[in-house]
Amino acid sequence: MSAHAHNPAVLHHFADAEQQKESATLGMWLFLATEVLLFAGLFLVYTLFRWKVPYVWVKESYLLGITLGGINTAVLICSSLTMALGVHAAQEGKKKALIGWLLATMLLGATFLGVKAIEYHEHWEHHKVPGLNFTYTVPYDNAHPYKVPEQQVFHFLYFCMTGIHGLHMVAGLSILTVIAIMAYRDKFSTTYYTPVEMAGLYWHFVDIVWVFLFPLLYLTGNHYTGGH
Amino acid sequence: MSSAHHVVPLRIYFTIFFLLIVLTGFTVFISKFDFGVMNLPVALSIAIVKATLIMLFFMHVKYSSRLTQLFVLSGFFFMGILFFFTFCDYLTRAWN
Amino acid sequence: MTPENALPKEHYLNHGYGWKSWLLTTDHKRIAWLYLVSITLMFFLGGFAAFLIRLQLLTPQGEILRNDTYNKMFTMHGVVMIFFFLIPSIPATLGNFLVPLMVGAKDLAFPKINLISWYIFIIGALYVLWIILSGGLETGWTFYTPYSTSYSTSNVTAATLGVFVLGFSSILTGLNFIVTIHKMRAPGMTWFRMPLLLWALYATSLIQILATPVLAITMVLVAVERFAGVGIFDPALGGDPILYQHMFWFYSHPAVYIMILPGMGVISEVISCFARKRVFGYKFVAVSSLMIAVFGFLVWGHHMYVSGMSPYAGMTFSLISYLVAVPSAVKTFNWTATLYKGSVSYDTPMLYVLGFLGLFMVGGLTGLFLASMGLDQHLHDTYFVIAHFHFIMVGGAVMAYFAGIHFWWPKMTGRMYPEAWGRLSAMILFIGFILTFFPQFILGYMGMPRRYSVYVPEFQTLNVLSTAGSTILAVGYVMPLVYMLWSLKYGEIAPANPWRAKGLEWEATGPIPAWDNFPVTPTVTEDAYNYPQRPVAEIERERAAGRAEGRMPELASGD
Repeated sequence: MSAHAHNPAVLHHFADAEQQKESATLGMWLFLATEVLLFAGLFLVYTLFRWKVPYVWVKESYLLGITLGGINTAVLICSSLTMALGVHAAQEGKKKALIGWLLATMLLGATFLGVKAIEYHEHWEHHKVPGLNFTYTVPYDNAHPYKVPEQQVFHFLYFCMTGIHGLHMVAGLSILTVIAIMAYRDKFSTTYYTPVEMAGLYWHFVDIVWVFLFPLLYLTGNHYTGGH
Repeated sequence: MSSAHHVVPLRIYFTIFFLLIVLTGFTVFISKFDFGVMNLPVALSIAIVKATLIMLFFMHVKYSSRLTQLFVLSGFFFMGILFFFTFCDYLTRAWN
Repeated sequence: MTPENALPKEHYLNHGYGWKSWLLTTDHKRIAWLYLVSITLMFFLGGFAAFLIRLQLLTPQGEILRNDTYNKMFTMHGVVMIFFFLIPSIPATLGNFLVPLMVGAKDLAFPKINLISWYIFIIGALYVLWIILSGGLETGWTFYTPYSTSYSTSNVTAATLGVFVLGFSSILTGLNFIVTIHKMRAPGMTWFRMPLLLWALYATSLIQILATPVLAITMVLVAVERFAGVGIFDPALGGDPILYQHMFWFYSHPAVYIMILPGMGVISEVISCFARKRVFGYKFVAVSSLMIAVFGFLVWGHHMYVSGMSPYAGMTFSLISYLVAVPSAVKTFNWTATLYKGSVSYDTPMLYVLGFLGLFMVGGLTGLFLASMGLDQHLHDTYFVIAHFHFIMVGGAVMAYFAGIHFWWPKMTGRMYPEAWGRLSAMILFIGFILTFFPQFILGYMGMPRRYSVYVPEFQTLNVLSTAGSTILAVGYVMPLVYMLWSLKYGEIAPANPWRAKGLEWEATGPIPAWDNFPVTPTVTEDAYNYPQRPVAEIERERAAGRAEGRMPELASGD
């Protein structure tokens, strides 16, 4: 019981801080494992259609362009660095540095979402929003002089994947906001910073998803030179 | 239990960041070339390397307990099962 | 009798009163009650739908329901029974109650997340129920495409999103269990000293965590596809309906093991207690749970033999499906071996367990018929399939659930249920079950397809038998509801360990657990089920003496 008296951050049902921290870490990783399987379903659909209609995937991916997606990739990698530095600051008990890095991470995350919004707007203007505003390219090309329904499937998947990723970003931003407020209120110390670490794990995971989405969605058509 | 409190030197974070940026540039560069069926494996290999770097260092998996490492792998392992058996079906359909 | 004969002053049920102490509780034992009440309601709702189905099938032309209402009824029965009853049944009620008690912890690792998971469950359940009751849903619980994505006019979009929400409740429960079992075991509680129920729940939780998200994303894709009119799954729009089946069964086959594995765990607990013996081959039974969980992920294709899947893939799935029978058989043989030369007593939980053994064996072996590709061509989508999985799900999982509820009822409530009524209901259930579902094997073999509201007249005799059986089954289910409720107030006060069972939940908690379970963190010094080995005759003699003195028979075995 003595451990409880010393550390108010240890909840009553844990024996000590070590057990609490290990439980939280394991729980977070289990949660991330479910997230992996959640995205796995989307990646499976992506892979299957890419295997079935590779020409559609190349051409439609080419239409996305790589500039904005590339910028966003860089932004997210930067945010992962700032997040890692934030956890580092928490480990060393540097409150100001922690809050600073958290804010930087949030700023980069918001930038990512802003760029994403610009992209979505472009897709709308290019009539590439399935179900709401979509125009087929007809004839598709010399080999397929007719409407190819998988064109829409590509963009549908694009919106599903980036949309769900975007929702995760929004969730991540909310979590970071809470963590920043907690840090501001001196909730953390060199012995207790588990929430910062957990938020970091989540943020890095969302970054990893994008690491896969970028080449799969944007770069697939990068070698496309027109023609067939 | 030193693993739980391992403080990674800042130098490593910056090195990883640098590698990630370089790899991003590389994957964009190499996507300009058409390797046919190898396009996807090439792009995926680079992405896997990047993801592994993030997990090992930014997410401290390298310094975590065996148990954590096991659960990190389990997610990807079961994802592999999903892909493997689904494609067992599609790749062996005689009429395709 | 003894001072045991009164409940202690302070226990978890009187720790607080009022709705807040229940609806905002983080105590795993109270959350178990929240689940118990919710899923009991669901069980009777799903049972009601089943009863209407059986009434409709009393006559070949069906006189009770319109065809579309019939479709809505079997969909409601499937969705409610699978997602709202079977999946949460043992894990969320008995599991929530027992996991911390069995590992010797004060609570699950994440008590608040545990409460949240119940709220997610309730929100999802009420939402889907509202949909089912307001407009209905007629896709079957499988939501097969393209019917669900492009043709059904019922509330598919909303229902799939409801199932999506529900999935997270299941994921969070599993996550909690795994972390608790890994990190919160009491000193001395090594992996191979854990009760087998914990092994089973651990394996179940792995499936919940790793399979449920795939169902979730599949449901989202169906919903969005309906909304956007894009064909991921609809072949008319360039989609692939078999892809849907792959993704759906990647979850839904392992989900079958989510339903049966915890039941197997309960069986191990009860059988060793009532045979007064350690479970034979403890390590094999423990590891076989994990084997079932992992193999369960590799066999989903056996639901798809006739879908147009590649026959080579079919052969692979068929072979692995046979392999799953191995760990299941390991369990069954070891349970039987546990009974051998055991001192078996036939109290209510044990009657349910014996029912389980018989019914599960029939269900499991008929599963092998269906796993064989050639035979499945004939039996696919017939009543043979219905009978097979009801033998596993109702004869197996539900029987085990009832065994567990009766077994731990004294610990959960501090009171005994009426033993005579319990035995009667166990036997009524067994008879009603056989009468309901055995004829369906024959019907299916003769070719009666599932999900039809009418059938040819020569099937009527067997259908009447089945419907008659279902009324007996209904009586068997209502009886426990009544006498369990009765026992809450009038039941005899239970001693701390009425079955003289081994395990921390019996030995270290007092008659009814206190709010934080253990006054002192227990230390485990012996293996699970360490029942003293004594000659059967001696135990029997003491038992007879006990009966002669009018003591409860289960108290008489003085070991």
